[in-house]
Amino acid sequence: MDDATAKQFLERFPEAKPRESLDYKAYDVPADKLVEVCRVLRDDFGFTMLTDSTAIDWGEETSPRFTGIYHLFSWLGARYVRIAANCPDDAAPALPSLVELFPIANWQERETFDMFGIRFTGHPDLRRILMWDDYPYHPLRKEFPLAGHDGDLPAADVAEATKAKVIPAPMMGGPFHAPQKDHMSKREPRGADQSWNEAKPKPCSKD
Amino acid sequence: MRGNTTEYAYNSKVEGEVVVSRADAVINWIRKHSVWPMPMGLACCAIEMMAVAASRFDISRFGMEVMRFSPRQADCMIVAGTVTYKMAEVVRRIYDQMAEPKWVVAMGACASTGGMYRSYAVLQGVDRVVPVDVYISGCPPRPEALLDGMMRLQDKISTEKSVTNLLKKDMHPAPALAEAAK
Ligand code: SF4
Repeated sequence: MDDATAKQFLERFPEAKPRESLDYKAYDVPADKLVEVCRVLRDDFGFTMLTDSTAIDWGEETSPRFTGIYHLFSWLGARYVRIAANCPDDAAPALPSLVELFPIANWQERETFDMFGIRFTGHPDLRRILMWDDYPYHPLRKEFPLAGHDGDLPAADVAEATKAKVIPAPMMGGPFHAPQKDHMSKREPRGADQSWNEAKPKPCSKD
Repeated sequence: MRGNTTEYAYNSKVEGEVVVSRADAVINWIRKHSVWPMPMGLACCAIEMMAVAASRFDISRFGMEVMRFSPRQADCMIVAGTVTYKMAEVVRRIYDQMAEPKWVVAMGACASTGGMYRSYAVLQGVDRVVPVDVYISGCPPRPEALLDGMMRLQDKISTEKSVTNLLKKDMHPAPALAEAAK
């Protein structure tokens, strides 16, 4: 979004607050204005494509905890704008759905719901899209450990036949990352702390 | 030379029109040269599997070029890729739909152990849901490695007690994986 359009946009929506951004312009808007803002951006400002919609979890202690993020693209000027909307409720986060404006929002919002547990009001078919339907957690929330939790396989008969279960993934000092020094051919991804493994658990691990 | 499966050359002078061999040797010989793989391509490893099927590496040299996408027409499942918990069910169902005798090849780090995906979503090794005959290391394995794995599978097939197995009800029972699941 260039400066002239940004000025027009802010005149139209004085409640939109410019948001810190390293690349293109970004605005915080209140959740109840989200659909209206996006409709105007689409119809009057040419941002006809919702390239991405996702969310941020700021952590359990923070309020507002969840922020929905929308990246809109304009073919006319080859420009992006980012819209952010905080979820008013931290315990049962919800945002208005953009499906009526952008059909692609259907799957994007299902993914955001799956990963963060944000409910999109007005979404025609809000089901999980990546994890299976009965999965009890929202994996991208801050309190969810990377290794996951114990649980049952999605199909009861397969679980019964194989005795397989969902288990926390072995981390063995992970998550893994490549050291930033030395030549690339010499670096191998390593866990930062190799002092513990499955047999010898991490001493002060919380869970 | 493998004792119980040694195949003797046919000598028409000695044997006339009759070939004498062990039933196991004959059955295994037939089976190992006509493995019909079921390409269970789930991630990047599947690309290498496709390379194996193409002309440069040419899996048909081993009589395995008939890749069948229907499990009912296949007898060797090549699990090539990352198996998520959500997909584990599908892998198992497809395995169950394959007719006996059947074999499973775990291709690559992901199918063998979960690979680099130490994560909440990924099954840590496909051997938790299906019995694996051959594991192939690599991420992804080179096509040669898959061919080598398939040749090992042929070796394994040629040592099977096929006739005895014909009379058994379930040749490949589900593995007792209770310990692994703990
Ligand atoms: S082993 Fe490597 S190449 Fe194969 S599926 Fe896993 S990540 Fe991809």
